[in-house]
Amino acid sequence: MNDALRTAKSTLLHPAGIEARDLDTLIGRLMAYDVDYADLYFQYSRSESWSLEDGAVKSGIRSVDQGVGIRAVSGEKTGFAYSNELYLPALTKAVDTARAIAASGGKSEQPMSLRARDGGALYTVDDPLMSLSDDTKVAFLQQIETEARRQDPRVSQVMASLAAVRDVVLIARNDGCLSADIRPLIRLNVQVIVESNGRREQGSAGGGGRFGYSWLQEDERGLNFARDAVRQALVNLEAVDSPAGTMTVVLGPGWPGILLHEAIGHGLEGDFNRKKTSAFSERLGEKVATAECTVVDNGTIVNRRGSLTVDDEGTPTQNTVLIENGVLKGYMQDTLNARLMGVESTGNGRRESYAHLPMPRMTNTYMLAGNKDPEEIISSVDQGLYAVNFSGGQVDITSGKFVFSASEAYRVENGKVTAPVKGATLIGNGPDVLTRVAMVGSDLALDTGVGTCGKEGQSVPVGVGQPTLRIDGLTVGGVKV
Amino acid sequence: MTDRMPRKRRGTSPDELDLAALHESVDLVLEEAVRLGASSSEAAASVSQGLAVTARMGDIETVEHTQDRGLSVTVYFGERIGSASTSDYSSTSVRETVQAACSIARFTEKDPCHGLADPDDLATEFPELDLYHPWYLTVNEGKEIALACEQAALDYDRRIENSEGATIDSHQGCEVYGNSHGFRGESRKTQHGISCSVIGQNNGSMQRDYWYSASRKREDLEDASEIGRKSAERTVRRLGARKLNTCQVPILFEAPIASSLLSHFIGAISGGALYRKASFLLDHLGKPIFPDFVRVHEQPLLPRAMGSATFDSEGVATRVRDIVTEGVLEGYVLGSYSARRLGLETTGNAGGVHNLTIDSGKDDLPGLIEALGRGLLVTELIGFGVNSVTGEYSRGAAGFWVENGEIQFPVEEVTIAGNLKEMFQSIRAIGRDVDTKRNIRCGSILVDRLTVAGQ
Repeated sequence: MNDALRTAKSTLLHPAGIEARDLDTLIGRLMAYDVDYADLYFQYSRSESWSLEDGAVKSGIRSVDQGVGIRAVSGEKTGFAYSNELYLPALTKAVDTARAIAASGGKSEQPMSLRARDGGALYTVDDPLMSLSDDTKVAFLQQIETEARRQDPRVSQVMASLAAVRDVVLIARNDGCLSADIRPLIRLNVQVIVESNGRREQGSAGGGGRFGYSWLQEDERGLNFARDAVRQALVNLEAVDSPAGTMTVVLGPGWPGILLHEAIGHGLEGDFNRKKTSAFSERLGEKVATAECTVVDNGTIVNRRGSLTVDDEGTPTQNTVLIENGVLKGYMQDTLNARLMGVESTGNGRRESYAHLPMPRMTNTYMLAGNKDPEEIISSVDQGLYAVNFSGGQVDITSGKFVFSASEAYRVENGKVTAPVKGATLIGNGPDVLTRVAMVGSDLALDTGVGTCGKEGQSVPVGVGQPTLRIDGLTVGGVKV
Repeated sequence: MTDRMPRKRRGTSPDELDLAALHESVDLVLEEAVRLGASSSEAAASVSQGLAVTARMGDIETVEHTQDRGLSVTVYFGERIGSASTSDYSSTSVRETVQAACSIARFTEKDPCHGLADPDDLATEFPELDLYHPWYLTVNEGKEIALACEQAALDYDRRIENSEGATIDSHQGCEVYGNSHGFRGESRKTQHGISCSVIGQNNGSMQRDYWYSASRKREDLEDASEIGRKSAERTVRRLGARKLNTCQVPILFEAPIASSLLSHFIGAISGGALYRKASFLLDHLGKPIFPDFVRVHEQPLLPRAMGSATFDSEGVATRVRDIVTEGVLEGYVLGSYSARRLGLETTGNAGGVHNLTIDSGKDDLPGLIEALGRGLLVTELIGFGVNSVTGEYSRGAAGFWVENGEIQFPVEEVTIAGNLKEMFQSIRAIGRDVDTKRNIRCGSILVDRLTVAGQ
């Protein structure tokens, strides 16, 4: 038995008096109906958050959330119930509720008895909450504040928060697969307000991943986030109105990869493509990008925010090629949509918690590096926009239209980055935007570990990344005509 | 200040059992906090349950049974604060949760503004708001309604070829809040909804739109077939959408999305944004923010409404009040902490506003389209391009081009941009087509001029 499974059993099953054979019994009870697929998802999640403002850590919260989600799938139909109580009678009741989606009378095949899945974890810490003492967490936030204020006298407010979660999950499936994962996740956020001659602007930065708090202390990472938030706010203090209209846009490396997440990623999730509601439906094998573009969704990168050892259905995550040299290669799948489309799950079945149904979701989505020097890309632009930081984005999966909003952007004039601009929103059409990629930089970077993706009301942590990209003819929504 | 509210004891209803259990959990928290030396404490406990049934392409797709519990605790050691929460109501877990809150308070800094709400502000009257109308929806009943809803959409037009489905859901829940001033308040609410989202196809391009209804009482829901038809009508009218040339024109925000403008306003006059000086509406009390015909007010005691409550999340009595009168800002949106930070009194808004209402003018939507003359009717907004510190506004939009007071063609893939402060000042009309399904109740809003970016 691997370590994660041992920990998960002692956290989730033993306190409630549940034995391994009880899991077999529950699955058997689900499969007594005409059910194609069933799973039990046990979760115990412990989290904390500390907040600083006015130079002091004035509040904090610790939370515990636990429960079991029970799912029965019959054809395209899903029955779902969950319980906050881990005791057997509550679970049996939830099983009966979930299986009611299917007709009574099971298939002839017996459910497989559960066997542990092997495989090491992608994370190097067990419990991030315990990775620092509480007084050190408080002192660390105060250092962040001091560092931010030290940068410039125009800094009028510093807000910072430090958060961690340890998620213990155990997944039992009707095909006999029994998996566990102990998922750490930390995050630091720094937001500053600067003030000069009556004008106020903000800047923010942060990062994290599936490791302990010490990552933030190494190489001055936390302090660098504080410096970067101030730098960004000061840039915005000088920003002029953004131009409006269609122009050449250069996107910086790293976090601007949310372009790929919004414009491409969501449209390639299996559910939308099975239902043919995506602007990318039935386009596998078609050219959807210039030949320089290769885009992957990779859930296997050690310690990344979007990574998982196994997804929330117990399938190991993988590196899935979505677009290869401009050609659409694959979708991201969970077990339900994979089965209905006659393919294998790609390990993208994710859920916000035991109280939510899994669906195909991204992990870490990024474009591979090209061969252009980033400097060369900028100097190739006569007139345009250079956007390096974004606050967020959204997409209409059916029409393919997406937007994302720049929080730090500059004009490019005659090959040079010039004045900073404010309030620039980029809008485009997903299936079309990568056909306008004219140059791909050699400087692939992933984001610092801050992304959260929302879909149908469920939030999950994700990562994005890309090299510097030049996109010709993107619509920029500013105020200046 | 009040004692425990009188509770009807019928003995058999599961809801009554839930309420009694919630009171016990709150009791236990407050006792444990005293035992651990806290100078004061507060707790909120809630349970809810529900059912959601989705039908898609003529068959049932998902049946989701929900059942949630939560207990949150805040303890004060003088001017220090700590919080914790759990989904486990066992007495062991409740005690551990109080301990966790206390362990936080050991490390937080003192702040004289921390503390429970002042006793004089706590609610003493609890008028019946008629928010609790359980449906006890069955799966079969839900299935029939969802199927009928979607079928009406699929039958509406041959271009409706696909669907994201129709969902019916029904939820009921109760909550108890108590604090060591001796306040105890309880609330019970139901919420029912029907929604439908369908896809239309024309010349190889697809559009999706939706419609929904939500209410406290089953009988107040729109008819399921009507919701289906509206979702289809809204989808079909978007087919053939095109971009616009970049221009500056008046914008009409359709009622369902116009409420977002008021959310931005409320965000900017909320205590947290003000004391952090992170708002584009700092120091605007007593100043004109909107044209003089605009009145914005709170109606917390509206029967059966989505935002109704007799007390806020710290037990303070909610109040019927004007926030904007004749365009002038009359008050902020404050809880006890932010009020103390600003040297003001709480406005009973810990946890948010209650049925925020902007008074309507005389025109319905067609009247406003006529008043718009030439410009863009916006029916959907996407993206997060709103800067709450500066008021800069730039969002993705879809809708309809209007000329000579009439809709000409559907529009997509444009952005609209401006500054919220100027947008508020340049509101020209507010429709009487009020969307009452939300906590923010407003009609369509006509704004003088924004930049539309397109090709």
